[in-house]
Amino acid sequence: MNFLIEVGTEEIPDWMIVPAVAHLRQAFEQTLADHKLKGRVEWVDATPRRLVLFAERLPKAQKDSEELISGPPKSAGEGAAQGFARKNSVTVDQLETLSTPKGDYFAFRKKVAGWLTKEILASKMPDLILAIPWPKTMYWTGKVGPRFIRPIRWIVALLGSDVVPFEVAGVQSGKVTQGHRQFGRRKIRVTSSRYEEQLRANHVIVRSAERRQRILDGIAQWHVKPDDKLLETLTYLTEWPAPILGHFDESYLSLPSEVLVTVMRHHQKYFSVMREDGSLAPDFVAVMNVPEDPDGNVVSGNERVLRARFNDAQFFWETDQKRKLADRVESLSHVTFQAKLGSYLDKTNRVVALVRELGGNTGAQRAAELAKCDLSTEMVKEFTDLQGIVGGLYARAQGEPEAVAKAIYDHYKPLSMEDSIPSTVEGQLVSLADKLDTLRECFRIGMAPTGSKDPFALRRAAQGVVRLLVEGSVQVPLLNLCGGDESLIEFFADRVRYYFREIRGHKYDEVNAVMAAGWSDLKDAAARLDALQSVRPTENFEPIAASFKRIRNILEQANFEGGAFNAGVLTEEAERALYEAVKGMSLSGIDYRTGLERIASLRPQVDSFFDKVLVNAPDAAVRANRLALLHHLRKEFSSIADFSEIVTS
Amino acid sequence: MMAVGSCDTLKHTPRWSLFPPSFQPMDTFQELVFKLKKYWSDRGCILQEPYDVEVGAGTMCPETFLRVLGPKPYRVAYVQPSRRPADGRYGENPNRLYKHQQLQVILKPTPEDVIDQYLGSLGAIGIDLSRHDIKFEEDNWESPTLGAWGIGWQVMLDGLEITQFTYFQQCGGIDLDLVPAELTYGLERIAAFLQGKDSIYDIEWAPGFSYRDVRFAEEQQFSVYNFELADTAALWQLFELNEKEAQRLMDAYDKYPLHKARFPVLAIYDHVLKCSHLFNLLDSRGAISVTERVGVIGRVRKIAVRTAQLWVEQQGVAA
Repeated sequence: MNFLIEVGTEEIPDWMIVPAVAHLRQAFEQTLADHKLKGRVEWVDATPRRLVLFAERLPKAQKDSEELISGPPKSAGEGAAQGFARKNSVTVDQLETLSTPKGDYFAFRKKVAGWLTKEILASKMPDLILAIPWPKTMYWTGKVGPRFIRPIRWIVALLGSDVVPFEVAGVQSGKVTQGHRQFGRRKIRVTSSRYEEQLRANHVIVRSAERRQRILDGIAQWHVKPDDKLLETLTYLTEWPAPILGHFDESYLSLPSEVLVTVMRHHQKYFSVMREDGSLAPDFVAVMNVPEDPDGNVVSGNERVLRARFNDAQFFWETDQKRKLADRVESLSHVTFQAKLGSYLDKTNRVVALVRELGGNTGAQRAAELAKCDLSTEMVKEFTDLQGIVGGLYARAQGEPEAVAKAIYDHYKPLSMEDSIPSTVEGQLVSLADKLDTLRECFRIGMAPTGSKDPFALRRAAQGVVRLLVEGSVQVPLLNLCGGDESLIEFFADRVRYYFREIRGHKYDEVNAVMAAGWSDLKDAAARLDALQSVRPTENFEPIAASFKRIRNILEQANFEGGAFNAGVLTEEAERALYEAVKGMSLSGIDYRTGLERIASLRPQVDSFFDKVLVNAPDAAVRANRLALLHHLRKEFSSIADFSEIVTS
Repeated sequence: MMAVGSCDTLKHTPRWSLFPPSFQPMDTFQELVFKLKKYWSDRGCILQEPYDVEVGAGTMCPETFLRVLGPKPYRVAYVQPSRRPADGRYGENPNRLYKHQQLQVILKPTPEDVIDQYLGSLGAIGIDLSRHDIKFEEDNWESPTLGAWGIGWQVMLDGLEITQFTYFQQCGGIDLDLVPAELTYGLERIAAFLQGKDSIYDIEWAPGFSYRDVRFAEEQQFSVYNFELADTAALWQLFELNEKEAQRLMDAYDKYPLHKARFPVLAIYDHVLKCSHLFNLLDSRGAISVTERVGVIGRVRKIAVRTAQLWVEQQGVAA
């Protein structure tokens, strides 16, 4: 049988829908499994007003099962058997014998009728629905009522053509759904097999993929700037999406495109439209939640809203120019950075000093000084996403050198793993100093992130620092910049590991090997890691790595921390050969890959050493000398990577 | 005090009239208000008049802040002029106002068909829903100063935010017994939309009178006062006097010998509102430093929360 469940709600925030639906599927499948019910979920989907799950091939009921109930031991005799049979409402001849190591028992095979699927679902669905996790929930039926993301207003629950009866938050399940708010009927009796088409007739497209495609098809005729995130938002903000093209006055194109795009995208959820040359066209695409705009009301309404927004932006731009960024530095003392860490003026002073310490030129220092000044502008107060960008644009308009303007513009970068780092040295320096300062100060007052709590986005800041140091052109030892704060160093170590493994795709043991050889200079660590990765598949590498691990174990077991080595004490041919090979090898002046290959080329001598030489020689002096040789070998050749960290197969 | 309700005031500039003259006659601002009041009156709302103490939003009026507390059902609608000193623009910005008019509707408890009722109100003011785009976009509301928060949406009409819709969850730090729906209509925006005006000041308020005729001087003069001439020392004194008076009354409640229902909790709340408005004024004058800010908000919150508690207690005693 088919099973259809539709939880009808008031409008759910678009960004919460996908995870909720995934949870619904998973919880439903779990319920089937828990009750040994066959059947599979064909699809789950949602609109802002309904979460839907459709399953097929559910049985009418669970299979009947048998349960063996054991009674008294056979030795207890006929009387006991009769008592047992009576208790189970059967006769003695229906009993059987259960043989166990302890002896034979009377037993009775009880038939257990399977539960009806309908009953199981009726008893399980209410909790299943209310257990969907949401970022923020509300109650609406009263203080003790259930919590959900928005009020539940109806529920469709059909097993075949039967209603699965249950109640959630005072709503009784049934077979009646609702159509589109403006273009659908309020009461629609549905069947599980015709559900989608019945809703379609009421201007609801249940399937998100189809809504997404409708938007894509609709905007294909225009040269729209691709924006997957916005597309996703609009897919889950509508039940019947329809894109429309609107225009704005060309004169607004004199505002920076960053401002125009932010207004369109973040405030109005419009797609931007491009000209052939990639520049912004005076057009936008809005996506309606209605099928058409017969009078042009919707287009003209949206155009007017956008125009007012652009007017505001223009007003902000003009007002802000009355006071230059340079004249705003002092007023940063009125903008809190963090209650315990003072104002943005304090922060600015620290960042300027740090940029200087990092060797920043006058341009970088100037950029650091002005970087936060846009926080007091009307434009940034209105469009907070544009912090930094607005500062950069204003700096340029106010005649600051291009390097300064660009550095300010870029200094929040990288904002994500996908985002690029600032393109200029000045920008990288300001970005680095700004993030380092935030990290150092927050750690200093004990505000390190815990679990999922990271209100100052310190993980992102640290990740940015790591990327800047690896991918940028500023080369400074990271550990020197941590002010000796061990917890901050450990925090960075985590970020470095994450970066090399997850972003650059290195194997975790290679990352450990390289970091064990030092990671303060991240660019250098990255180069060593690349060399290690390329040498790894070569013939000698894994065996030599295994040998290094053996060396480490031997040294650890012997508690050997180093000691004098005397070539004269070498007795065996194999140890002498190893010594000669080690002595003749230098890693200086060559690249890491060649260095690693050279180390790997020690394999024959190392193998032969372990084959033929007993490190734990009875003679203490010989033993100490052999340990010293191994210690030397490990010490000398672990500067690129600590091979003993490599996990060999 | 934090801005409450729909934050950014009116922001759109129409290019042409939405409706050709033959389509339907254009409502004046006051006709729009009449129609909304009539609509909600027909649905069981008490029509209240604006509260006569300065507030930043209709939410802060006792008709909302206090009435949503406790187990008694209540339905009320009123226009509330709402003052936000920092939003003033000397009457020069076509979309921003120091004082704007909200139509506030409280439905406690929330009827199941609340959204249909709301959509019906748009029909009642001449918005044909088959010819416009409506979206409900997530927008939760929170006022740290009032210890209040709720969950809801901004209602978008052809891309314009026209209403803030909130299911109150907590007020004065108290979980609400019955969850009310709060509908806050931005009247200037809606009027400008319906009349197809470029500027709020061009809205026709009554036949022959524009919004400018009625309100421009107020916008201009209060901007000058709020930004330039308000004496911050005097405002601080007023803040402290009001706070002290609220405090004195709160202390007196426990010792009040007579029937508790007679005790002027409502008078305490007036002083809370005064403090809140004075805070906004000081803030727009730039007279509250970063370090002071959190502290001052905390002081207002303290007396607001205490007032809410006293109100609930008093209602319990009275019942």
